[in-house]
Amino acid sequence: MSKTIFTVAEKCVACKSCEIACAVEHSRSKTLAGAILETPPPQRRINVEGVGAYSYPSRCQHCSDAACVTACPTGAMQRDGCDAVFSDADKCIGCWMCVVVCPFGGVSADPVGKKALKCDRCPERTAKGEAPACVAACPTGTLLYLTPEEFAAERRQATARAAICGGQADEPNGMDILRSLKRTH
Amino acid sequence: MADTTLPVIEGALLKVAQDKGFATARDRLEVMSPQCGFGELGTCCRICYMGPCRIDPFGNGPKTGVCGLTPDAMVARNLLRDTVGGTASHVGHARHVLLTLRDALNGKAPYQIKGVSKVMALAKTFGVPTEGREVNDICRDLVNIALEDFGRQDELPNNWISKRAPAEEQALWSDLGLMYSNPHNEIETAMHATSMGNDADPVSLMLRVLKMSLIDGWTGLTLCVDLQDILFGVPEIAVTEAAVGVLEENSVNVAAHGHNPVLSEKILEWAEKLEGDAIAAGAERINVVGVCCTGNELSMRHGVKLAAHNSQTELILATGAVDAMVVDIQCIWPQLAQVAKCFDTAFITTDAMVRIPDAIHIPFEPHHADESAREIVQKAIDAFRRRRGKPVDIPRHKSTAVAGLSVEAIVDLLAKLDAEDPLKPVIDNVANGNIFGFVGVVGCSSIKFRDNAMTEEMVKHLLRQNVLVLTTGCTAHICAQDGLMTSEATYRYCGDGLKAVLEVLGKAAGLDGPLPPVWHMGACVDNSRIVDLMVALAERLGVKVGQLPAVGSAPELVQEKAVSIGGSFLALGVSCHIAPAPRILGGPMVTKLLTEDLQELTGAVVRVELEPKGAADWMIAHIAGKRAALGI
Repeated sequence: MSKTIFTVAEKCVACKSCEIACAVEHSRSKTLAGAILETPPPQRRINVEGVGAYSYPSRCQHCSDAACVTACPTGAMQRDGCDAVFSDADKCIGCWMCVVVCPFGGVSADPVGKKALKCDRCPERTAKGEAPACVAACPTGTLLYLTPEEFAAERRQATARAAICGGQADEPNGMDILRSLKRTH
Repeated sequence: MADTTLPVIEGALLKVAQDKGFATARDRLEVMSPQCGFGELGTCCRICYMGPCRIDPFGNGPKTGVCGLTPDAMVARNLLRDTVGGTASHVGHARHVLLTLRDALNGKAPYQIKGVSKVMALAKTFGVPTEGREVNDICRDLVNIALEDFGRQDELPNNWISKRAPAEEQALWSDLGLMYSNPHNEIETAMHATSMGNDADPVSLMLRVLKMSLIDGWTGLTLCVDLQDILFGVPEIAVTEAAVGVLEENSVNVAAHGHNPVLSEKILEWAEKLEGDAIAAGAERINVVGVCCTGNELSMRHGVKLAAHNSQTELILATGAVDAMVVDIQCIWPQLAQVAKCFDTAFITTDAMVRIPDAIHIPFEPHHADESAREIVQKAIDAFRRRRGKPVDIPRHKSTAVAGLSVEAIVDLLAKLDAEDPLKPVIDNVANGNIFGFVGVVGCSSIKFRDNAMTEEMVKHLLRQNVLVLTTGCTAHICAQDGLMTSEATYRYCGDGLKAVLEVLGKAAGLDGPLPPVWHMGACVDNSRIVDLMVALAERLGVKVGQLPAVGSAPELVQEKAVSIGGSFLALGVSCHIAPAPRILGGPMVTKLLTEDLQELTGAVVRVELEPKGAADWMIAHIAGKRAALGI
């Protein structure tokens, strides 16, 4: 089973490192210094959304039965050898059926509004055994690159640990305090 | 945000901007949101180039910086640099006023001594002989004492703290190693100590924060205000008006924005002198209005009307009715030049330190103050000529407001009740609970808190519980605009005890009704007036300032200056409410130090509350604790 990107929402602090790393990975130079000088500017495919005191890095989920792939009339939206869903710009006609059917808002339009734009799960990086750029850049472990089985195994272990050792709450960290303050606001 | 109570004035101003298609700070904040948690927690260190380093608040990633700096030391270093920013601002402002006063005394700058009573009072404080001497000679001695503070390398205590601050507190500060000599040396040392590879002890760094804050309090605020009162006069109670409705369609509207009255006083003077030119250009008159803190300075000394607080500055330009906005230092948004460009508005910068693209720059320095002020006012008249006849969109909202409550004005007023012992009526009413306590509401106006009318609502909760509110800066504008500086507000919002006291004071002041429940004590630099009043009350009672039933609050913190002002209150033992959270939460030990352990050092703590009622409730409970300790 292929690895994909998982999100542990409560760990996101909205630093937007994932957004920058995504745009750099999709630049020609693949460096921050080079990417900011490119025309057209490289585009990110992940967006940190704010929800009250929390934030969430939103992107394509690479669904196994992807509605966007089914809905695409030209075959532009397709799956690569690692099961990642990507859009072939040469075949894309900008009909936005993919945008309409995606339940996650994972597909958007490129800056000139002609082609579908979405996460491709960084095929060049994963081919080298590296995690996608957003995962590699995440400093808090919000974004993880695992198989569903690996992710579930971690959760099972955590659940078991809580059941055996008791659900002792940790001391609130700074982020917990900041969020609880903001919740009153 | 549970319930939205956007103040009417803000709503009207936003509508003007939106109707004309301007994006405002709210829109820019929305694009910026959510904001970075590392920055908010204070655990982003950009001080050296092994970084930027960030600490994972959830404990899985980095636990220290690359150099090994702990999260507590990181937040403390960052907080110290914030405090340096605030202190440098006030010390720089104070030094500018000092040099202007020196040059005025030497006949090199066209300013006169208007505050003779202040000269005499300070001469007594500093032991300067006055018998048979000219005022200017006495004043020269005071200038030399102040100049010594900025030049000394002898490590002896700075004159302005050692002579102006209360003795018992000085002894404590001395014990804690917080006394200082030359403010410039300390600013240098703080920047040095926070650079890579220096102070990494969070406790040591936090003591530096308190020391830097004391420098702001005494050689920034106090020295600055003392000398401004000498140059421009001690404020007296005056009635004015506040909010955008003070702009006049058919007058030359000159908005003075910034902080330094060395500029705005001259603008006011030349606006009067050039009134004929304005009338010749078809205007009814020249309408100088005050924005931000230089507006407060003008309203305190001349009753000049207040047009806008900081977060409204771009919005009043969108009315199209401001002919010139002339700015000096601090809190000047670069965006203003972009809005002004869309109208006939002349947006004029004057200080070499505040250069903004697309602004008109007219250098203003005290030696040639008259020539520059004249040129600036003429630019405003020219702009009016271009604007005349074009439609403007001025929301009609405004409120009357009583301003000018310097300590001297308050004492003069109280002397009408008890000439022998002016503070006695206040002390008696604090003791009997008619005045439950005092809150100094200070600092900025923040678009993050305007939607729930943070300052206004918090103040109203306090007034209901008989807490007298002393305010300065942009929170003073907010209160003035909301009608909280009127007799009507006393009737409408105050508890019975406070109402009774204010009725007596109103009668003594010769007002038609009670004194307002929120006292306008000036610009943000005038927070020293609040401190002076508290020091006088504490001395009269024979207690330390920190024992008084008094709290400070910066309910809408924006500028670094509010951090150092808050620190100066904390050093005095006065606890502070603050919103939003200072950027320290990523350091658990520093957080505990400020919110709990500081109690053991100075007697003060910091409390963060982001909604008005919670903030007021905490302050009232804190004041109740102080009253209980005093046995009242």
